[in-house]
Amino acid sequence: MHGRASGASPTVRSSLGRPALANLPGPVHIAPVLQSPPVIDVRNLCRRFGDVAAVDSISFSVAAGSVTGLLGANGAGKTTTIAMLLGLLLPTSGAITVLGEDMLRHRYRVLGRMNFSSPYFDLPQRLTVRQNLTVYARLYGVRQIGGRLSRLADELELDSIMDRSFRGLSAGQKTRVLLAKAMINEPELLLLDEPTASLDPESADRIRGYLESYRDRTGAAILLASHNMPEVERLCDQVLIMQRGRIVDRGLPADLVAKHGRQTLEEVFLDIARNQDRSGRRTSGAAA
Amino acid sequence: MSAGGSEHGASAAPFSLRRVSALVLRYGYLLMGSWARLLELAYWPSVQIILWGFISKHFASQSSWAVGMAAALLAAVLLWDILFRGQLGYTVSFLEELWSRNLGQLFISPLRPYEMVLSLTVISLIRTLIGVIPAAVLAIPLYGFSLFDLGLPLIAFFANLMVTGWALGLFVTALLLRVGLGAESVAWMALFLIAPVSAIYYPVDVLPAWLQAVAWSLPPAYVFEGMRAILFDNVFRGDYLIGAMLLNLLYLALGGLTFMLSFRLARRKGLLHQLGE
Repeated sequence: MHGRASGASPTVRSSLGRPALANLPGPVHIAPVLQSPPVIDVRNLCRRFGDVAAVDSISFSVAAGSVTGLLGANGAGKTTTIAMLLGLLLPTSGAITVLGEDMLRHRYRVLGRMNFSSPYFDLPQRLTVRQNLTVYARLYGVRQIGGRLSRLADELELDSIMDRSFRGLSAGQKTRVLLAKAMINEPELLLLDEPTASLDPESADRIRGYLESYRDRTGAAILLASHNMPEVERLCDQVLIMQRGRIVDRGLPADLVAKHGRQTLEEVFLDIARNQDRSGRRTSGAAA
Repeated sequence: MSAGGSEHGASAAPFSLRRVSALVLRYGYLLMGSWARLLELAYWPSVQIILWGFISKHFASQSSWAVGMAAALLAAVLLWDILFRGQLGYTVSFLEELWSRNLGQLFISPLRPYEMVLSLTVISLIRTLIGVIPAAVLAIPLYGFSLFDLGLPLIAFFANLMVTGWALGLFVTALLLRVGLGAESVAWMALFLIAPVSAIYYPVDVLPAWLQAVAWSLPPAYVFEGMRAILFDNVFRGDYLIGAMLLNLLYLALGGLTFMLSFRLARRKGLLHQLGE
């Protein structure tokens, strides 16, 4: 297991010893500093769509320099939570503080310091990768855009596709470009939805290594929604498991595995999902 | 400032020309990336002017009365195209964001909605000029008609029609924000809803009384009547200009308000990250 729960210092895995990532400044681990104000602080967050509580009074915080995994089956409320953290969706009630700012009142104070990548958000199809990244670099107020793009192209192995249109890229290439867009402003808070979806195992491994390295180098906080449990075990310091809009369990990946008497986080996830299904059926049966 | 060299102070600023220019650049890349797209912009206005030019010529050869009408018809075709291209340039650029599922990306960046509105306005102006100038120039050698002979009033007409196009564009984009691509066809049709009462090819007094009231509540009627006053009577009607300007200010303000309300509603309903193909 590559989980961070053991407290071991993160190291760049051997498979990352290729030139691109090796060019990154050496890993300087900035451990989560629990005393410092959290990068994300969510209190009693609710979002209802009619009678349905998509997010039901959840509270959590994410420390600087940490990676938090947001797990849950489809429809558990992960995307809704992320949309509220990004300010794309207004909550029904509750409070969200990001980088010390109230997101509901002052989101523009922090949007330039955070970023997001998701395979479900695209970029303009007819623009080249370079054009897309240039536009977003300008939107985020990046200085020395040429240098930033060169570095991202190097780190994420985009050199050969920088002048190709986004439309013509493979799914895996698109995922890397979307990640490059999310890294364009070197965010202090990075929100990721399925960051390695569509990637082959080797590319996915490289991206995970890149994220670890980025976190170690900058002390950025990462919130990661993923269905890939080995990925979560490898990257995350903290895991939040959501079901039907609520956080039903949380903790260090290793602690959750031990608490549930299982071997892997995937087994823990399945346990929780199946228990919830059974209780859901009992509830609906009683109601019937 | 972050390690990445981005200006956090600047990104938090309520208005940034850099962000506006970033989005203009995005649409500029799209235009410059395809000669076919650029040609298409100029193609339809040019075809229109060729078609209407020959129709006018034919009428003029049949009747001396129609000689005076020919210039008015050609001027009307070109001015209508300014309005049409102004509105279309605005809404098609916004539609590009929906087609490419890019709207969510934009609104998680520091870009403000009103900066997007300004960017759409700039690109609409650029697209209109690319579309209409070749047609206007084409009319000079083909029919001996120069729209530029209208002189300074042409600037007033052009400005007013562009603003009407933007106001309508704001209403249409507000609708697109609300219902997504389901309202795509409205982007193409919206302007034709007001065409019959815009007095483009005929004066307002041709309309029934109740429709005349509708016509005078819309800025284009003032512009086209003003155009006819110059061509037929050689008189510049300042009252028409003021009427068009005041109505444009009203519609622009209402359009802006509708767009911002629609944006807020989209955030409340969670539409911003769902809009797209």
